[in-house]
Amino acid sequence: MTDATAASATVAAKPVVGRSLWGDAWARLKANKAAMISLYYLILMAVVCIVGPFFVSHQYTTIYPDYVRTAPSFSSYPRPEMIETALSDAVKRMRVDIKEWHQEGSRVSVTVTSSKKVDERNVRYLERSDAFDSVTVDSTSSDGLEMVMSASVKQQYFLFGTDNVGRDLLSRTLMAGRISLAIGLLAGIVAVVIGVVYGATAGFMGGKTDEVMMRIVDVLYSLPFIFFVIMLVVFFGRNFVLMFLAVGAVLWLDMARIVRGQALSIRRQEYVQAAEAMGVSSRGIVRRHVIPNLLGPVVIYMTLLVPQVILLESFLSFLGLGVQEPMTSWGVLISAGAANIGSANWMLLFPAFFLVSTLFALNFIGDGLRDALDPKDR
Amino acid sequence: MSTPETVLAVNDLRVRFRTLDGVVDAVKGINLRVGAGETVAIVGESGSGKSQTMMAAMRLLASNGEATGSVDYRGRNLLTLSKSGLNEVRGRKITMIFQEPMTSLDPLYTIGNQLIEPIQRHRKLGASAAREEALKLLRLVKIPDPERRMKSYPYEMSGGQRQRVMIAMALANDPDILIADEPTTALDVTIQAQILTLLAELQRKLGMAIVFITHDLGIVRRFADRVYVMRQGEVVEEGATEAVFSAPNHAYTKMLLSAEPTGRKAPPSPNAPVLLEGRNVEVVFKIGGGFLAGDPMQLRAVDRINIALKKGQTIGIVGESGSGKSTLGRALLRLLPSEGGVRFENRDISKADRGEMRPLRRELQLVFQDPFGSLSPRMTVGQIITEGLLVHEPSLSRKQRDERACQALEEVGLDPFVRNRYPHEFSGGQRQRIAIARAMILKPKVVVLDEPTSALDRSVQKQIVELLRKLQKDHDLSYLFISHDLAVVRAMADYLIVMKQGKIVEEGMTDAIFDNPREEYTQTLMAAAMDPTKFRLSA
Amino acid sequence: MFFYLLRRLLTAIPTMFVIVTIAFFLIRVAPGGPFNQERGLSPEIKANLEAQFGLNDPLWLQYWNYLKNLLHGDFGPSYNLPDFTVAELFSEGLKVSIPLGLSALIVALLLGGTLGIIAALNQNKSGDYAVIAVATAGSTIPTFVIAPIIQLLFGLTWKLLPVGGWGGGAFINMVGPVLTLALPQMAIVARLMRGSMIESLRSHHIRTARAMGLSDWSVVVKHALRGAVLPIVSYAGPAAAALLTGSIVVETIFAIPGVGRYFVQAALNRDYTLVMGTVVVIALFTIVFNLIVDIMYAVVDPRVRYD
Repeated sequence: MTDATAASATVAAKPVVGRSLWGDAWARLKANKAAMISLYYLILMAVVCIVGPFFVSHQYTTIYPDYVRTAPSFSSYPRPEMIETALSDAVKRMRVDIKEWHQEGSRVSVTVTSSKKVDERNVRYLERSDAFDSVTVDSTSSDGLEMVMSASVKQQYFLFGTDNVGRDLLSRTLMAGRISLAIGLLAGIVAVVIGVVYGATAGFMGGKTDEVMMRIVDVLYSLPFIFFVIMLVVFFGRNFVLMFLAVGAVLWLDMARIVRGQALSIRRQEYVQAAEAMGVSSRGIVRRHVIPNLLGPVVIYMTLLVPQVILLESFLSFLGLGVQEPMTSWGVLISAGAANIGSANWMLLFPAFFLVSTLFALNFIGDGLRDALDPKDR
Repeated sequence: MSTPETVLAVNDLRVRFRTLDGVVDAVKGINLRVGAGETVAIVGESGSGKSQTMMAAMRLLASNGEATGSVDYRGRNLLTLSKSGLNEVRGRKITMIFQEPMTSLDPLYTIGNQLIEPIQRHRKLGASAAREEALKLLRLVKIPDPERRMKSYPYEMSGGQRQRVMIAMALANDPDILIADEPTTALDVTIQAQILTLLAELQRKLGMAIVFITHDLGIVRRFADRVYVMRQGEVVEEGATEAVFSAPNHAYTKMLLSAEPTGRKAPPSPNAPVLLEGRNVEVVFKIGGGFLAGDPMQLRAVDRINIALKKGQTIGIVGESGSGKSTLGRALLRLLPSEGGVRFENRDISKADRGEMRPLRRELQLVFQDPFGSLSPRMTVGQIITEGLLVHEPSLSRKQRDERACQALEEVGLDPFVRNRYPHEFSGGQRQRIAIARAMILKPKVVVLDEPTSALDRSVQKQIVELLRKLQKDHDLSYLFISHDLAVVRAMADYLIVMKQGKIVEEGMTDAIFDNPREEYTQTLMAAAMDPTKFRLSA
Repeated sequence: MFFYLLRRLLTAIPTMFVIVTIAFFLIRVAPGGPFNQERGLSPEIKANLEAQFGLNDPLWLQYWNYLKNLLHGDFGPSYNLPDFTVAELFSEGLKVSIPLGLSALIVALLLGGTLGIIAALNQNKSGDYAVIAVATAGSTIPTFVIAPIIQLLFGLTWKLLPVGGWGGGAFINMVGPVLTLALPQMAIVARLMRGSMIESLRSHHIRTARAMGLSDWSVVVKHALRGAVLPIVSYAGPAAAALLTGSIVVETIFAIPGVGRYFVQAALNRDYTLVMGTVVVIALFTIVFNLIVDIMYAVVDPRVRYD
């Protein structure tokens, strides 16, 4: 008895902390392997796309005319058999003849002859070749008709190969990932903000306002979706920033409907009636009851919206309406890949893999979140 | 009385469910026996495993459940029988009716179609013969105009009628055993009585054994030859009904038997002031209507009602579903638009808007029926209880509010230790205490209690009733107690109003009405709920 | 029922009107015009063309004329494909798009429905997980990835199918496009079917049917499936409208002369009449299929009476 009173005296000061629904949801999410692996994968993808381009030795815009549609490989370019071709190409541009060439380690040394005096400035042709750098003139014959030059063979790796104009596909795929992920996130946020504000307003105002606002949504729904997107593109031009605003502005309709439906159903809940019976103001009801209970569906829908946005952006880019060259996105790359499918299938396969695996991961996270936040659905 | 032949023997039955939170043992090794033609009741509160026992026997468990042990029907173990062997027994030798008459019939097929199907399946009858059989069954369960009803869809019938159809379906193949899983719980009292009478009659006529699963001891007493008392997956007591009721052995059985709320409330002094008064209160709902859809239908939920609640008084409002009793309660609190006059402490509040009502809200509180829906799932108990203080005593500091929450929780018999927990971590009874604490923390004068005990087990009901009475005495509260449960109303209210279809049928002092109901409707209500002899089986 | 459908048709008229109006003015306020492109048209020719098509009239007059013509079924000439009227373009293109879309719809419903039922009956077993995997893949991989991969595998590598072309609607030419169109729809149908079937199998009346000893076939097909099919019906309406009005991705990649291509080209070229034609056709298809959905609903569910 004394124990009990003593205990209740102390516990009043520091009560147990219960597990909130959010805590429960997080625990359930952590137990969902597919969702957690997807989450790690997505983080990895984001890090690779953001940081990766700094570590790839190629600029995503650099064109290597010598390496058009080079197949992906772990070994370096130029291949030994390609060195001679690259040399003779460069030398041909100098309008001189090769007398002899040989390779020592990573350096090649070439002796050229000409009927005229060989200009030292000719080294620039070698410099310009994608295969060589640090070119030096080792010696010139006394008559000037013969010159020995040496250059390092530039060891270049094209892990993903190159595209149809000779740009490194790895750096392009990573850059594209940056753009696609950024658009997905930003346009997703735009859509969620518009949708939540609109839907919540309609849901709370109710009555005539609600009717009119939802009728507007219905009309926008019945307009062909693609028409809407194209009109936005036509209006805003092919501008990268406006692009995701447009995409977001199109995808808010679902969000608005979901939020309105939820807001209406929450308003009918007994705990809201209880708050009304206590005289809590509309603002208090919205802040303490509606928003916290609305958050779950919004979070779920947002994770499902991001892949939709990425998909839509890719689709528009695929049609040539989205991101413009030399900027790139997965949709742009896939479009080019589809056009070159006969000659360079890696141009399709790599970006397609990146896009599809990201979409998969996002979907699994979305499903996992839905199961975690709304476990009765299972 | 010689022991009848055993038709169903349950031996060491265990039922477990795999859930997200691990394995739950719902039934923990129980033994039951049902003799031919006898009525056996399995009684227990929610979570006792009484329904799952019979679901397991019928192999109707949810997909995450599994049953071990044996359920023998005349030498065949139903748990291990092949699917086709099982379907020889189900619907033919053992049949079942359920708690949910509204959803237990397929909404997409006619009554006739659904009745004919099991007849044809088990008896290999031709279409017209099966139809004749089905008609006979509908007559047997006293469905009026059976020819026409054959072509009706379930949604065109009332709950009571649907339950009759379910019974017809269950009896279609002259079964040995009828399992009735809370068959009347979802129905109004008068309908309950009719269904029970029907079942008793049919048993006399057809001689099948009935296994009655119920939480209602009244039904057990009237109806069952033998009774099994279940608690937390175990049978704690069994025996002949008379014996168990007159001399219970187990403490739990004793507790259940004494769980009927007792005591009476004394009326307030005659010169107590009237606190809340309604004059010609009227609430009309519009249904349907709109563009090209014609005029809306008008439903008069509350039809010119006069009511006066005195200080310290409890007015009980009883009536069946749809009688308008809850609507009246909300109209008096100005939570619904209504016509007529409402006065609180001699002030007309019938025209008060939200802002004008706000300061009065703390005086006029409301407790809901559903202890699950009425607490916000994302707030802690402490936040829920103190929400009203944010409105009515905004000057309080966080610490002061926390202290008030502790006081309020203690007052309703909960440990303040739990105030940072969330509602889903509590049982139904505890949640209802939290809801009461939320109302009481504001120190109201009038509390409308809208079926506050209906969703709770009997033993918990009794505790809540006692809590409410104690709070009334301590704070001199006035209650408007809305309920369909006459036993609880009798223990709570000193004045009674009987409502039907939005109108007052009868009103007066509680004891006077219980002892001598004048109106026929009141008499039916009382008889259905209170008179145990009327439905007793002449065995 | 009849009056309900009549009312639905009548309420479709204002919807249609609003859609036409919005589309008309939206495309007209967009900068540029049908003859401003880099076509090297001399200013005189441009002026002539604009006068010929009435593009110099006040906008409200053009709108009025367009509405008037539309009521007579006249969609006008195409500005950029001057040898054809919009109606001709559509009647030719729909001959390709409708069979393609219809085949895809049937494949998607049958295959998706079956997969969904299989998954629901094996909930949380390997069959279920296999279907979920297929459905996730189908709804995640975009058509513009599926189509070239089908080309790559079946066309270029294994040489089982032509890489593209319509071939007058030959079966072999339809396989690739139909697969591409059907796969995502099939995935969605399978998911919907799985969900609604699981819910339906859990419902109380299914428990009753089992308790009455009905056969599994009757429980699953007669009682569970009929209720579970309703969400599929409501999904199939808009899906059918979308499938039958062509797909730009499939038509571009497989080089198919359907109507899906018109929209983007026309909007970019400001081919006003062709854009409007597309909007009207899509809206008409949507309205018709939603009506069909309503009728199907009433057939399946006796509670739906529409009166």
